Amino acid sequence: MSERKSWPLYEVFVRGKRGLNHVHVGSLHAADDEMALHNARDLYTRRNEGVSIWVVKAEAITASSPSEKDPFFAPSGDKVYRHPTFYAIPEEVPHL
Amino acid sequence: MTATHHDVREPDLEAVFQATIDADQRIEPRDWMPDDYRRTLIRQIAQHAHSEIIGMQPEGNWITRAPSLRRKAILLAKVQDEAGHGMYLYAAAETLGVDREELTEKLISATQKYSSIFNYPTPSYADVGVIGWLVDGAAICNQVPLCRCSYGPYARAMVRICKEESFHQRQGYELLLAMVNGTPEQQAMVQESVDRWWWPSLMMFGPADGDSPNTQQSMAWNIKRHTNDELRQRFVDMSVPQAEALGVTLPDPDLRWNPERQAHDFGEPDWSEFTAVIAGSGPANTQRLAHRRRAHENGAWVREAAQAYAEKHS
Repeated sequence: MSERKSWPLYEVFVRGKRGLNHVHVGSLHAADDEMALHNARDLYTRRNEGVSIWVVKAEAITASSPSEKDPFFAPSGDKVYRHPTFYAIPEEVPHL
Repeated sequence: MTATHHDVREPDLEAVFQATIDADQRIEPRDWMPDDYRRTLIRQIAQHAHSEIIGMQPEGNWITRAPSLRRKAILLAKVQDEAGHGMYLYAAAETLGVDREELTEKLISATQKYSSIFNYPTPSYADVGVIGWLVDGAAICNQVPLCRCSYGPYARAMVRICKEESFHQRQGYELLLAMVNGTPEQQAMVQESVDRWWWPSLMMFGPADGDSPNTQQSMAWNIKRHTNDELRQRFVDMSVPQAEALGVTLPDPDLRWNPERQAHDFGEPDWSEFTAVIAGSGPANTQRLAHRRRAHENGAWVREAAQAYAEKHS
């Protein structure tokens, strides 16, 4: 049994209620997708915390690298004109 | 997870790590961290996870004999929560690069520890109430500051756990209220149980500050936010009025209010007992580990069958 490799790791995402995004809540091990879903229900929604669950094998996620954080996100750093506060509008102009 | 790599020199990494800690920000799994920080967290989180898993046994002992369907349902839900807490914590430990299987092996081979409190037996039903009140109460004192621990996955697991622990403590206290309002025999059961659990509960905060070698480093890393003695004091101050409301006596002749300190003075736990229980000589150490080992071995065929089924259908 010990030579058999352990069940894969799944990441779990729960939608708290209608109208909200699924949010990452943690991870668990399961033999297959269906078991992952059932385990996620038992582990992360024992008190009605969710109306919908996504599970995905952790190995299927591609992530940005933390050590590259600054260069990776640099392109958005100097584009202040993407924010509404960049534009000066006279105070008396309504609804802007 | 897969990711691209980008080399940064180690001194820079250490500076970034320290700046993150100093700004009271969270460290996340794939951030660079010092080996000692990683090792300390793995040890602490694994020990915490093992405590939740072993912690199912003392109370699980009473599930079949709970006096009513209501009490049985509550106890089942509580023990199921302990399993859940263990799972959240194992998942947090795994983000540091250890393997679940490896952690289980280390528990059942006694190479990693769990809280000494779970090595005490539960011979009386009142123990279910006292564990909820005192043991879970002490755990809450320890755990609330961990919600602000510098390691993100651990802090997030603690937020979930603390929300659920509140039910644990209240159900225990309510159970005791029912018993102290019952027959003289029931009242005596509560007092007898409090007499056994009070000192081991104080030991849950760990050795006195002067004898706690890891505290300073853990506080510098924002893993720990308060010393053992600070938390122990907080627990005593919280428990005294709760004991009064129950009409039970806490078994410490030195326990009294100190108006100068605005806190209770209290006696010293028997640290030789603490050391002995940690070293494996507590009343139930052997039984707890043997039970966990047996459960793991008896579950092997289930894990294998599920794996075989998954392979067949993939």
